[in-house]
This record gives sequence, C-alpha cells and structure tokens, in this order.
Amino acid sequence: MSDTNMRSATISVLVENESGVLARVIGLFSGRGYNIDSLTVAPVERDGSKSRITVVTSGTEMVIEQIKAQLGRLVPVYKVADLSKEGPHLARELALIKVVGTGDARQEALRLADAFRARVIDASTESFIFELTGATDKLDAFLDLMRPLGLAEVSRTGVAAIARGKVAIE
Amino acid sequence: MDGTITTGTGTTTEMMASGAQALLRALKAQGVDVIFGYPGGAVLPIYDAIFQQNAIRHILVRHEQAAVHAAEGYARSTGRVGVVLVTSGPGATNAVTGLVDALMDSIPLVCLTGQVPTHLIGNDAFQEADTTGITRQATKHNYLVKRSEDLTRVVHEAFHVAKTGRPGPVLIDLPKDILINPAPYSEASTAQHRSYRPRTEPDPARIAEAVALLKRSERPIVYAGGGVINAGPEAAKLLIEFVRLTGFPCTTTLMGLGAYPASDPQFVGMLGMHGTYEANMVMHGADVMLNIGARFDDRVTGRLNAFSPGSKKIHADIDPSSINKSVAVDVAIIGDAAATLRALIAAWKNDAGKQDREAIAKWWQQIDFWRAKDSLRFTQKREPGSIIKPQYAIEQLYKATRGRETFITTEVGQHQMWAAQHFKFDKPNHWMTSGGLGTMGYGLPAAMGVQVAHPDALVIDIAGEASILMNIQEMGTLAQYRLPVKIFILNNKYMGMVRQWQELLHGNRYSESYSEALPDFVKLAESFHAVGLRAEKVEDLDRVIAEMLAVDRPVIADICVDEKENVFPMIPSGAAHNEMLLGPEHKNGGNPGVTDAGLALV
Repeated sequence: MSDTNMRSATISVLVENESGVLARVIGLFSGRGYNIDSLTVAPVERDGSKSRITVVTSGTEMVIEQIKAQLGRLVPVYKVADLSKEGPHLARELALIKVVGTGDARQEALRLADAFRARVIDASTESFIFELTGATDKLDAFLDLMRPLGLAEVSRTGVAAIARGKVAIE
Repeated sequence: MDGTITTGTGTTTEMMASGAQALLRALKAQGVDVIFGYPGGAVLPIYDAIFQQNAIRHILVRHEQAAVHAAEGYARSTGRVGVVLVTSGPGATNAVTGLVDALMDSIPLVCLTGQVPTHLIGNDAFQEADTTGITRQATKHNYLVKRSEDLTRVVHEAFHVAKTGRPGPVLIDLPKDILINPAPYSEASTAQHRSYRPRTEPDPARIAEAVALLKRSERPIVYAGGGVINAGPEAAKLLIEFVRLTGFPCTTTLMGLGAYPASDPQFVGMLGMHGTYEANMVMHGADVMLNIGARFDDRVTGRLNAFSPGSKKIHADIDPSSINKSVAVDVAIIGDAAATLRALIAAWKNDAGKQDREAIAKWWQQIDFWRAKDSLRFTQKREPGSIIKPQYAIEQLYKATRGRETFITTEVGQHQMWAAQHFKFDKPNHWMTSGGLGTMGYGLPAAMGVQVAHPDALVIDIAGEASILMNIQEMGTLAQYRLPVKIFILNNKYMGMVRQWQELLHGNRYSESYSEALPDFVKLAESFHAVGLRAEKVEDLDRVIAEMLAVDRPVIADICVDEKENVFPMIPSGAAHNEMLLGPEHKNGGNPGVTDAGLALV
C-alpha cells in the first residue's frame, strides 16, 4: 500500500469480563504482528461484568483500521473506540518510582518531584517512592531526570484513556 | 429428571441426571443428527449417554484430525453445523489442524473436547492439555465450562456463534466432573447475544454507490468466493441472477467453485495462481471489480501492487476485518452475500442509469480473445501404452460422473488444482477442498463426512499418492460404516506441487519430494475391505473409472499418471496476473521471471 505513514492509536475496548478475554486480545496482537506500546485492563461495571482494555498501538492507517476490525469481531467484545481518531481525549498513566540516594542528589530528586507534582508516598533515610500521574511523555520526562539521581525501580500502569465531553462509550 | 425450576425470566429449567445428558439434549435441540468422534477417558460420560439414546448417530473415526475434517465435509455439503467429539489432551491436540482448517475456510463446526475434572485443571493431570489456550487462535471462539449451570447455555451459544456472521469452528472444553454431575437444561435463548452481533444487512448507501460504479463500468468483473457458498444455495441463485442481469463476466476463487455454474458462458473460470488465463487477464484489465464473499487471498492476488491496477474495487463481505486487509477498496459493503446480492439486484433494477452495452460487448470480444488461448489445454496421446495425463484423468472422471449427484473432495497439491481446473461444478456445496490452510489429508475424511450426510450420492476424493497417506487410516471408518467413498489417486510418485516448485524455482533439485516406498494401493484397499483398482496406461483409464463407479463399496483407484506434468497456468509467487506462465502447449519462453522477493513467498 502507498500509505506508509505510521500513527499512534489509543484504542478503548469494552469487553465481557470473562476468563481468557485478555489472552484473546493479546494473542490477536502477537499472532498478527501488531505492536502493543501499552495495555491496561480492569473491570469497569459495578457488577464486574464488563472490563475496559486500553491499548496503545502504532501502525499505518490501514493496519490500525485492521486492528480495530479484528478486535471488533472477537465474540466477547462490545465496543471498540479509536480515541485518537474520534476526537479529543485524555490519556493518563500512573507510575510508582523508587529513587535511592543521599545528600544533594536526594534533595534534587525531591525538588524535581515537587515541580512535577509527584507525591512522596514512602520515604526512608536513603530512598523515596514517588507517585506520579500524567500523560506518558510527562512520566518519561520525570524518569529521565531521576535517572542520574538514583532511580532504582519503576512500576507503571500503562495508559488509561477516555474521550472528552459528554458522549460515553456504550 | 430431578425437577423443574422456572426462573424469574420465564425460562424453564429442568434438572438432568448428568451434564452428559444435558449436553446431548442441547445437541438434539440444535438439530444435530450425527457426531464424528473418538472416545477417551475424559469423555466417557458422553459416550455412556450416547450409548443410551438413538437420536444422534456417532461415527467413530480412526484419528481425531479426521473427525474434524469429516465434520467439515458434512458442514460444507449440507450448510449445517458439523459436530466433533474428542477426548482431552491428545484428542484435543490432534483436532487442532482440523480446527485451523475450518477457521481459514469459514466452516461452521462445534468441537466438544473432554477435559480433566475442574479440581485437577492446571495440575498436569493425565491427558491434560490447556485446550482453550491452545485453540484460542485456532477457533472463532472457545469455552471452558466450569459450572454445571452454564453448560447448556454455552452449547446453544456455541452453535449460534459457529453458524452466524462469518462461520467458523467453536470449541467447548468439558471437564469430566461437569459431565458427570447433574446439570440444569435450558432451551436456547431467543435474546440477542450480549456482545456478539454480526451485521448481515448491507448499508443501502453503499449498495447505491456500488451500483453507480457497476452501471458505468466498461470492463467489469464479478469475483465470487466461498462466502457465497456459506450464505446458502439462495446466494448462488442470486449471484446467477445478478451476473445474467448485468451481462458481466464472473470468476470464482477455489473456495467459490460451484457458486456460479462452470458451464455458463459468462463464467471465465477460477482465478489466481492456477486460474485460467482469461480470468486473470480480466482481473488485470478490469475497470470495476465486484468482490463478493472473497478475501483477496495471496493465491488470488499475486503481487499486491500489480493486482488489478486499474479497477475501482467494491468489496462485499460479512467480516469487516476482511475489508482493506490486503487490498484497499473504494466501496466496502458489510453484509451477508445473499442479502447483499438481493439488494444489488433491486438497486440495479431501480437505477435509472443506462449501461454502456457497446463497451461491455467490446470487453467480451477481448475476453473471448483471451479465452481462445485455451490455457488449460493439454495433449493426451491415445495410442495404447501411452502414459495417462492427470488432467485427462480428471476430465474423463468428470464425463463419467455427469448426470449423477456427485460430490468431490480433494487433498492438497497438484491433483487439487487439476480437479479445480478440469472438474466443472455447476452447483454450490458439491466441492470440498482445503483452501486456506492447504491441509494434506483433508480429502478422505471430508469425503466420509459428505457420504454420511448424503448416503445415496457419489462421493469422490480426488487425491495424490502422498496426501492420501496422511489420513489413510480412515479406510477403516469407510469399511465400518459401509461408506462407498471413491478415492481417485493421481499417482505421480512425487509430492507433485513440491516437485513442481523445485523444478521451476530450485534448479530441479528434488529434495525429499519423491514418494519412496509407496504401498501397493490395490492391496491396501483390499486389506481395508475395499476394492482396489489400478490404471497404468491410457487404455485402462475409462474401464477403471467405470468399474469404480459401478461398485457400491469404497474403492481406491490408483491412477498412474505422468510424473513430469506441471500445473499450468501458473502465476509464480510475487508475479502479477499478466506475468502468468502458460504450459508447454503455449510457447512463452519458459523463464518464470521469479525475483528474490518472490522466492521468499510461499
């Protein structure tokens, strides 16, 4: 195909919360050679009957349309929404970041954390654990700053995303 | 029957003595009359329940792969859902090839697999395999039943999923305790499925766009696939009506053979790698293409960037993921093939636009010029003692079976392509072949399934001597159930298609493609209580065919054919439709024109 421009897509998939459904989605991506840049999943209905999967992927327009169609034909899938295409949306992830150090580096880490509005959720004399929420690039930027200051461990949730405005995914 | 419970929603639920009994009742309610299976420890409760009833017949195969192919043959020749029953572990893993075959060719199946009891799952128990894990990508959908109260709902749902939308295989994994414990029976729900709702009715706006393009076309082509067959015989009738109404040429894929009558003058033959010259040239030169129920498979398109370069493309398919997967199209119609054709016919009649009949007539002149090449031509020497050409064997078989209700299945390879080229199908559901997966060993068990569904019909497996050995054990099944399947082996002592590619693309180095140490097929047939026949020379052929057709028992006819014969025309991998190789009958230089990139393709 002449279309070779890659784009990133944030896709929300509303699924029946049943055993194996995540394996179906992941198997589809690995089996057909699609990228997964980020993937999150959790139940979103009060009775736990539906889960929402947010997957960030990249590919040509044709590949992304194909990914959506392939997801849409899985039996336990209710709805597939391409948030990147369907209008403005918000995307956030959360990271827990352990920074180990003493002296100036420790002070600098704390100052930067404050600038990024990261919360200190655990501290010892030689370490902090920061909690930071934001867009992926904000988290990346913060982690880059922490690296020389004693970054020891990171746990990230991956992206959760939602469309702006009053319209809701079914 | 332990009691009746009426639930809040008004559905009547009745307790059954065992899950196995509830299962059989659900199968019966789904109209199942035959199951292809093989017993084992985990499914003993089901076999015990089968023993105690008469409504559902069980056909005991000799290998689980064959059970699945038999169910495919049954399904493809009847339009109904084929049912398979196998045990846990090796029973399930042996079935996997058949499941993928059915998935690729969109064949509706329900496969029941036994599983170790729920409390042992994950324990590496005897004959345990993670069947739902293994078959997740091998089925349209699969289920593991963990609670007795889910059992019959899941069975009903599995049939619904298997046969609606784009059909496919659905697997239900049944732990042994679920089969033994009492289970409630409930009827199939009439409510819509929560999440699975395939679209079948086409969008009228897209139909109108399609008709506008088609009306203005000067060099049109209708390209029909297996989706037309899957949509039922009505779809094939509508296809004929549409093609006659428009005056367009029609080609079909391998899976679509029979969707349009091969004897009709508007049929230009199968297209693709071994399609006719005219079908591929029409595709290459078309200005508007209507693809209905086909998926732009790589065997059809050849090199993608040279595929039908000048055409506006309309693609009608029930599966949205088939649209724009490999070929970008101008008009996409999501819907059932029959519903789409019905809408196209109505819209065509209502459309005030006039066709350019003169342009269409000119297009037919061009097509007739291509047709005159007679690209399937071959030369059979008639002098006694002459070697039999495989194409001639198929042609004579076709002539001898005309006028009889005949179903053809095939294995995979050269014989499959010759059958597709030289056996003419005028009706849908009479041609069963492994198109997508290309499974050697498909034909004999599939023929078994067809014969079970159509006991009085003539069922022939056109085979190669290598493929037939992949499920030869099913000769035992033919004998047990007195299924008079005819196995017509084009024996060229080679895995012929492998040999052909080695000749054309790998410098005549016939690496491991010679069928060494073949059995004596006549004696093999006899040892399986069947009739064995052999034709060695051209003068034997008609007699052997006549004898084969006259016998009301299973037959293996070993037809010794020319070892050197290749399938032509051929579009080498990575080549365009207009770069097709013709046979030795046509002088075309003999250079396959294969590039390194093409060589890497299969």
